[in-house]
Amino acid sequence: MADLRSSLRVTIARDADVVAARQRGRAVAAEVGLSRPDQALLATAISELARNVVNYAGRGEALIEAVSQVGRRGVLVTVSDNGPGIDNIEAALSDGFSTGGSLGLGLPGARRIVDEFDIESKPGEGVRVRILKWA
Amino acid sequence: MPETPILAHSGVLIASIQSALSDSEILSLRSQLLARISHKSVRGVVIDVSALDVLDSFATRTLNELASGARLRGAQTVVVGIQPDVALSMVLLGLTLRDAETALDLDAALGLLESAAGRRDG
Repeated sequence: MADLRSSLRVTIARDADVVAARQRGRAVAAEVGLSRPDQALLATAISELARNVVNYAGRGEALIEAVSQVGRRGVLVTVSDNGPGIDNIEAALSDGFSTGGSLGLGLPGARRIVDEFDIESKPGEGVRVRILKWA
Repeated sequence: MPETPILAHSGVLIASIQSALSDSEILSLRSQLLARISHKSVRGVVIDVSALDVLDSFATRTLNELASGARLRGAQTVVVGIQPDVALSMVLLGLTLRDAETALDLDAALGLLESAAGRRDG
């Protein structure tokens, strides 16, 4: 997605780690120069993704990286786990699915509030979500 | 992490969140408030969230659960101090506090509860 500059790894194993991951993400976003509203958006997206790790995989991590590309800077966050994975990614990403309250992974919301979003998952092999927000 | 203090004053419970809360801490706050509403005559619950820099789907859902539980007991919930950046995130995420009132600060929240009580009694 972009050139790598510096990185920070946060283990996600319990719900306090969700708070730690979003706070670290916000701190990097501030250093990189994201506006305050964008810092809040990134922190909220991290919160949604990290919670899924705790709830569905039990354990995983968030890798938070300051990146730059042709003169602009941003924050790339990769949230990954080795849990059960998501059977139907399209369904998990569709808005109707989550507002129905049954799946509610927060993925459509998280996708809406970042600049770049991609998700990889195979049943039984975990989930990896990458989000990027530019300053 | 400090527990969220809950004050009671003339039938109103006031919970002032001090720092970022984990999911289990938010759930615990919800349960404590609902328990106190059941034990006493409470007409209003005010939750100050000005210390929070994130209100995500889980936090919003839990506040809604609290507010609808409180409503069933005849108490109104007012969430105060949502930060501007947090408000924007909530709007973009489509998160709403449908069962709670909102106010800018504690004074405004208490005023809201007073006027609601006035309407009910008058």
